[in-house]
Amino acid sequence: MYIVQLINSIIKQTTLDRRSFIKKSVLSSFTTLIGADIVFGSNIKSGYTPIALQNQDPFKLFGKNKEMVVLNDKPWNIEAKAHLLDDKITPNSSMFIRNNGRTPDKINAKDWILTIDGESVKKTKTYTLNDLKTKFKKHTYQLTLECGGNGRSEFNPPAKGNQWTIGAVHCASWSGVRLKDILEDAGIKSNAVYIGYHSFDTHLSGDPSKEPISRGCPMSKALQDETLLAFEMNGKDIPLIHGYPVRLVAGGWPASVSGKWINRISIRDKVHDGTKMMGTAYRVPKNPVAPGEKVKDEDMCIIESMPVKSLITYPKTGAIINKGQKLKIRGHAWAGELEVEKMEYSIDFGSTWKTCSVKKPANRLAWQHFSAAIDFPKTGYYEVWARATDTKGISQPMLLPGWNPKGYLNNACHRIAVKVV
Amino acid sequence: MNKGKDFEKKIKKAEKTAYFALFFSSIASVLLLLAVYNPTLSIFKSNETNTIYSDVIEDEDKIENGIHLRTGLIEAEGLMTVINNCTNCHSAKLVTQNRMNTERWNATIKWMQETQNLWDLGENQKIIVNYLVTNYPVKPKGRRMNLENIDWYTLN
Repeated sequence: MYIVQLINSIIKQTTLDRRSFIKKSVLSSFTTLIGADIVFGSNIKSGYTPIALQNQDPFKLFGKNKEMVVLNDKPWNIEAKAHLLDDKITPNSSMFIRNNGRTPDKINAKDWILTIDGESVKKTKTYTLNDLKTKFKKHTYQLTLECGGNGRSEFNPPAKGNQWTIGAVHCASWSGVRLKDILEDAGIKSNAVYIGYHSFDTHLSGDPSKEPISRGCPMSKALQDETLLAFEMNGKDIPLIHGYPVRLVAGGWPASVSGKWINRISIRDKVHDGTKMMGTAYRVPKNPVAPGEKVKDEDMCIIESMPVKSLITYPKTGAIINKGQKLKIRGHAWAGELEVEKMEYSIDFGSTWKTCSVKKPANRLAWQHFSAAIDFPKTGYYEVWARATDTKGISQPMLLPGWNPKGYLNNACHRIAVKVV
Repeated sequence: MNKGKDFEKKIKKAEKTAYFALFFSSIASVLLLLAVYNPTLSIFKSNETNTIYSDVIEDEDKIENGIHLRTGLIEAEGLMTVINNCTNCHSAKLVTQNRMNTERWNATIKWMQETQNLWDLGENQKIIVNYLVTNYPVKPKGRRMNLENIDWYTLN
């Protein structure tokens, strides 16, 4: 019986990792070897499928709204639609998922250990979750996390990768300890330049020597008050898919800096050189390039703060209203490391702009809420365009911003369609 | 009688030996398979190693309305080559949402070989790239597209 179990588990594993032709070849080689085809045959035919392999509903699996859009299921990449992001603090149900590798198994929080190491740590030190929770002060911030590739689908010529439209952004409430409190506790040498994170997720190819992603940020960002090692999201344990038990949260920067399932942070004496730090990953050309132009790796630079951007989250696009009816709109605006200073809308494709009221952020790096009430002069088809301007006077473009090889940083104005009848 | 018993004993002995042989050859083949498919012995570490989710359809290669159901790929020349080489590590969704020309697909394949453990595709590379550029051609998008597929509703 043990052998049968073993063989089953091998077949199970093989189906996980490879395609059916391998499964079949394993099966047939076993059949020839020990002539026990009935055992396996019956098992395979009866659909011996581990629970994890069954046709699972990602919406149920991750507690997501049914209207979320699955871009990719291996690895999981799921985005929101604008109207699903209407809440001031984004609930889990509307939060996008961007995975680079395979989701790790649920980690036992009691066994979790964080290691702080690297060339520029004074002494390599480890912390349990209990250490974080009891020895350091807990802080809570609302932090905007946007995927560097949000809006990639619009670039022309197309950029490879997940074709995000507008929904790879959220602003949840994160609680945890300040990364700087931990780094300073371990001790930072004066030559420290960067931090790099390491985590529990595994490479898609199954190669244990490869990390799916290992990014980081300069010390100046790592030491900001709002950069957290978070263990709570919206007041609860972080859901597994969003990084349980502990993740980094570095608001305003490409969300890939906010590593999930963290188990080690290295204080580096140089710019971190982990997976997806190098080459073209999360980098844009140093100088503007023509659409489709080839750019050498050395002419690319790492994305830091995300650009100014906004979303109309109410109403949902496609609203039909009666003539004379005022249309109330609302949404959020954010500006990476900066604040949004001005928010405007246009119903005539940018010929004229009117001001929206925009609130101050709940804290630095949280998105800001805007609203307006619009009168339409006559019946017909309209588009309501929204445009945010940051504290440096930089606004969102109506057209696509500069093309870049990987399709990052599309902060073009969001718009919704409205019909007045 | 004695002869008969001796014969029976011999048969039993032979049977025993056969079982032993079968047992050891089973163990050997299991070890061989482990060595080939699971050298890190990761299957013993946990029953729930890598939670991967995929659709399980009875006929893995069923095609309906010109679409390969399991992957969502268009049925055309090169389909199985694409499935066998391009959907082991990542979802077919990553393939179909990307529209690139021959040059960019070749560059992408090179990138996957350099960084993602993709094997040498040999003659299949041409078949794969041809399938992709034929069935998933680049769509012109300009600097900003019209809003499309609007789901109109009355807002009171």
